[in-house]
Amino acid sequence: MSATLVSQVAQMARRSILQTLRQPAMVIPPIVFPLLLMAINVGGLDAATKIPGFPADSYLDFAIAVPFVQGALFAAINAGSSLARDVETGFLKRLAMTPMQRAALLLGNLSGVMVVSFFSACIYIAAGFIAGMDFAAGAAGIPALLALAVLIALGFASVGAYIGLRSGSGEAVQGFFPLLFVALFLSSMSLPRPLIEQDWFRAIATWNPVSYLLEGVRSFVITGWDGVALARGFGVAAAIAAIAITGASVALRNRLVRT
Amino acid sequence: MSRFLDVTRAVAWRTIHNFVTNPAFFLPSIIFPLFFFTAFAGGLSSVGDVPGFDFPAGYTAFQFVFVLLQASAFGGVFTGFGIAADFEKGFARRLLLAAPNRLGILAGYALAALVRAMLVCALLFAVALATGMRVLGDGVDLFALILLAALVSLTATFFAAGVAFRTRTIQAGPAMQMPVFVVLFLAPVYVPLNLLSGWVETVAKLNPVTALVEGGRDLISGEAFSGLLVYGLALALVALFAVWAVRGLRKAEAAG
Repeated sequence: MSATLVSQVAQMARRSILQTLRQPAMVIPPIVFPLLLMAINVGGLDAATKIPGFPADSYLDFAIAVPFVQGALFAAINAGSSLARDVETGFLKRLAMTPMQRAALLLGNLSGVMVVSFFSACIYIAAGFIAGMDFAAGAAGIPALLALAVLIALGFASVGAYIGLRSGSGEAVQGFFPLLFVALFLSSMSLPRPLIEQDWFRAIATWNPVSYLLEGVRSFVITGWDGVALARGFGVAAAIAAIAITGASVALRNRLVRT
Repeated sequence: MSRFLDVTRAVAWRTIHNFVTNPAFFLPSIIFPLFFFTAFAGGLSSVGDVPGFDFPAGYTAFQFVFVLLQASAFGGVFTGFGIAADFEKGFARRLLLAAPNRLGILAGYALAALVRAMLVCALLFAVALATGMRVLGDGVDLFALILLAALVSLTATFFAAGVAFRTRTIQAGPAMQMPVFVVLFLAPVYVPLNLLSGWVETVAKLNPVTALVEGGRDLISGEAFSGLLVYGLALALVALFAVWAVRGLRKAEAAG
């Protein structure tokens, strides 16, 4: 990366991080809502651990994976809304008049939500330990889990960026949130896939990439270092990020066309 | 009285017309309950095999009652969004000026929310029965269940209307939605009360929504139903939040 590009990324990242941290609505919900939903589900579904074949003794160990993915959904909405606002306010058009590189603009803009995602992941891990989570992967697993959490957040934030740039409308980005929420619920979020009784639901959960993200995160807590689960988790997250960043770059190129 | 009814009818007709003719309002109201029903009844059906889970009508019916009451409550919350949007657009202020009886405005919104809730209930019932849900209660039990859903819808409508009249901005959406979401999910959603554990069990025992959800489940499974407790509680909640909404309306009037 050239020094100019690094400098441009740093400038855009600074703007994005400050913009994010100055808006409590972009910081608090990604931290509070996933933990609240998890706390409710842990109390409500603890009896599920009595189902023969359930992989953990405590539902907390199973459910702790959900906040990481749910927090990433908020990253998608925040990244998308932020870029859509830049389109709506004409900021991107003004940037098109400068020698700013597209990569710098995109990477810099994703930085703010990535910072929030990183700190959210740290808080989820801390909340898990406080609530009594057994972490099978040991101390070395924590940085690896954080790396997976950030990669998942990057993937979803890039999806949000693509939608924000493509539509140029914050309302369209918000309207996309329910679809992401549906993807979370139609996965192995509440029960392991082998224990889902309904064949059609198990089939959807098996085809749903979100299941593999959850299972990757979950493997750190329940089984320790599970190569297959981690390969799938990191692989799916990287694939989502690569596809979405490519899409967002194309959408940004179209937005920055000088007319 | 005729002025009250005229205003009620006009506000209700406008709100229902907007709801039915605008897919952006209509589709989420229908899709979300169906989605929750699918996700809970489909994805969690093996929870019905947990030792101690003894619900005669099966897990689908167990979840159906929660989703029915949740959909009814959220119909009321969405009506609150509509009231707030009417204030933002200036329509509600013109309505306050024009209406000869302002209580009719609140009644109109509540009537529209009831119609909306009943439409969603009918659709949910049709989908649940088509997918094989077992109903052990008789016709009277089902009527009582629908009546319970209507009371829940009214409670949520009055709560959300009270918030909307006080804040008069759609930015207060989370203040209408989150309390309803939290209080619903702090009832026995996935398993009966006796299988809950930890702090959720304690909170669920104190949560008035628990009695409504469990009462609804008794009705669909044809089991003994403590009507006095369930309907007494439901009517008390309606009355409490009706006072909250009327006082909110008075604050909106005072704000001009």
